[in-house]
Amino acid sequence: MSKPEEEPQKPRLAVFKFASCDGCQLSILNLEEDLLALGQALDIAYFPEASSDMKPGPYDIALVEGSITTPDDAHRILSVRRQTKMLITIGACATAGGIQALRNWADVEAFKQAVYPSPEYIQSLSTSTPISEHVHVDFELWGCPIDKNQLLRVITDLVAGVQPRLPADSVCLECKRRGNVCVLVAKGLPCLGPVTRTGCGAICPSMGRDCYGCFGPSEGARKGPGLPPNTASLARHFHGGLQLVPLEVMRRFRGINGYVSSFRAESNAWEKKT
Amino acid sequence: MSEEPEQTRTIAVDMVARVEGEGALRVTVKDGTVQNVELKIFEPPRFFEAFLKGRHYEEVPDIVARICGICPIAYQMSAVHALEQIFGLRVEGALHDLRRLIYCGEWIESHALHVYLLQAPDFLGYDSAVAMAKDHATIVTRGLRLKKAGNAIMTLLGGRSVHPVSVKVGGFSRVPLRRELEDLKDELLWARDAAVETVRWVTDFDYPDFETDYNYVALRHPDEYPFNEGQIAATSGLQISAHEFEQHFTEHQVAYSNALHCTLQGSPYMVGPLARLNWNQEHLTPLAKQALADNNIALPLRNPFYGIIARSIEILYALEESLGLIERYEAPPLAAAPITVRAGIGMACTEAPRGMLYHRYEVDGDGVIRDAKIVPPTSQNQSRIEQDLRLFMPRLLRLPDKEAALACERVIRCYDPCISCATHFLNLEIRRESSA
Repeated sequence: MSKPEEEPQKPRLAVFKFASCDGCQLSILNLEEDLLALGQALDIAYFPEASSDMKPGPYDIALVEGSITTPDDAHRILSVRRQTKMLITIGACATAGGIQALRNWADVEAFKQAVYPSPEYIQSLSTSTPISEHVHVDFELWGCPIDKNQLLRVITDLVAGVQPRLPADSVCLECKRRGNVCVLVAKGLPCLGPVTRTGCGAICPSMGRDCYGCFGPSEGARKGPGLPPNTASLARHFHGGLQLVPLEVMRRFRGINGYVSSFRAESNAWEKKT
Repeated sequence: MSEEPEQTRTIAVDMVARVEGEGALRVTVKDGTVQNVELKIFEPPRFFEAFLKGRHYEEVPDIVARICGICPIAYQMSAVHALEQIFGLRVEGALHDLRRLIYCGEWIESHALHVYLLQAPDFLGYDSAVAMAKDHATIVTRGLRLKKAGNAIMTLLGGRSVHPVSVKVGGFSRVPLRRELEDLKDELLWARDAAVETVRWVTDFDYPDFETDYNYVALRHPDEYPFNEGQIAATSGLQISAHEFEQHFTEHQVAYSNALHCTLQGSPYMVGPLARLNWNQEHLTPLAKQALADNNIALPLRNPFYGIIARSIEILYALEESLGLIERYEAPPLAAAPITVRAGIGMACTEAPRGMLYHRYEVDGDGVIRDAKIVPPTSQNQSRIEQDLRLFMPRLLRLPDKEAALACERVIRCYDPCISCATHFLNLEIRRESSA
């Protein structure tokens, strides 16, 4: 071993999992040939899904998948934050609480009883919350799952010392670029594209169906950068134009990103009308 | 290990990697005898069965996909087949074929991930595929490209490979043009050759001498290697339809695990590629049969470590099957059959990459879910993994604790356990006690 201290230090990457389906971590492995390039550009110090070699922190970049749903995990995320320079959430669970945040409107004790014969064995918080409710997050990647090319771009930016930026406008713009026929207008489907963040490639309308909001709310269309989309107007159209009953409008916004504030407010408003 | 009586001690290896889900293993050894094996799963519960209640049936495929990022098609397929049964619908012809094709894509992607990235490093002595790539670049690159071929099928049919968006009750939201499918052929032909190589490569690994009797459970169909249809067959002699699943298979809870254990008439059993292959070899495609013969693979396989061989054979099968399905494809007139909603209960089993996956739904007259039950493959294999460890442990007792623990992990990895029905880490702990 000759003078390891003189070798240039590669940035150290760690990947952590909380409550999730693993789809976003799989998106990292789906980088395929770029995965090997990533392994050369970075020191993949901690990624249990892919490697038995788990090196301790500190880390330069931590990718965090999953939401906080147990007392242990609420504690563990604090330690991840302490060991990490840049903490990036990957996906709807870590960024918005995920599909399992549907429990936030329910009685979790009743949930446990519905799934487990001995619910007293199960340690679970009554809520599923995004990482940002627990610690400071440096960058959030949306999507259920994330788009692997967005991930690669963000990591490349960070390694180059550039502040990452991703587009936050709506799926509609991507649909227009792809030349899709609008499924909301032409087919009368309750498409969430007008209020959903771009990044997926407008795949749902491209596959002949309505967007279901898996990239979370878009920004800026109505009030400017960083501000929520006009969910109220779209919801009124679902009800008045497409004849959805209030319960159906509520379900539309209470999905994979249902706990994020603008979608949450909209579903709560329509719940009152049911 | 010293032969002398020892103090009670606990040996912990934190986080076994390259398995799917959060869990731990605790083995208690007392006076040189294995006392207890507990596979603890502490992956946080996400309560899918509970929050499916009150959702509309059309939302089910998008919701259940999120149980598993690695096998979303399996969840979508079991769900749509159970729901179609309620509505008295049978999907046939080109739509049936497209469902097989997208399932082939998922098997190829998931199996290639496990063979190359998760399990092969055990046999070749590496911590990860990235580390393995430094010495075996060509092989790892082949595995990644194979995986990509599976993803390409899923992306064409489903819009993306993780949580595809086109599967719906009645069929698909969009079906591909014949020309689009033909564009896949060159890559699938390459992948088919790579799969032949894969079988040869894994057959040459050094396998532990560990054979035992299993109750293999898999779907069986008179005409085809099973994906979406067939009767449930067990080595113990059982032959039933999915309707009767809950009369024979029971889930029970253990204090140490967040995953329910499922047993067949009270006993452990095995689902997954080994069970499927042993039950369905006559339905393999020509090159897959040829690969069995060329590599002197005699069925039934009774060693859990041969799971990697079964997975490799199934990759080859799925590629040949995909090419055949593409060859005979004519785009159907409708992407999805029309639905007449009615109240009822429906059950279906399909073959996820890791084994049989059972869904039951109860729907009311408005198409709203009133009850749901889901039994994933890993909860079915859990008891069997513990049994394997009990049988395997005696030969490990002479090893230092750390090596014994690593050997246990390898046994667990044979099952490709999908604990969040997806990936994470295990904490592994061996407790040695002495009465002295």
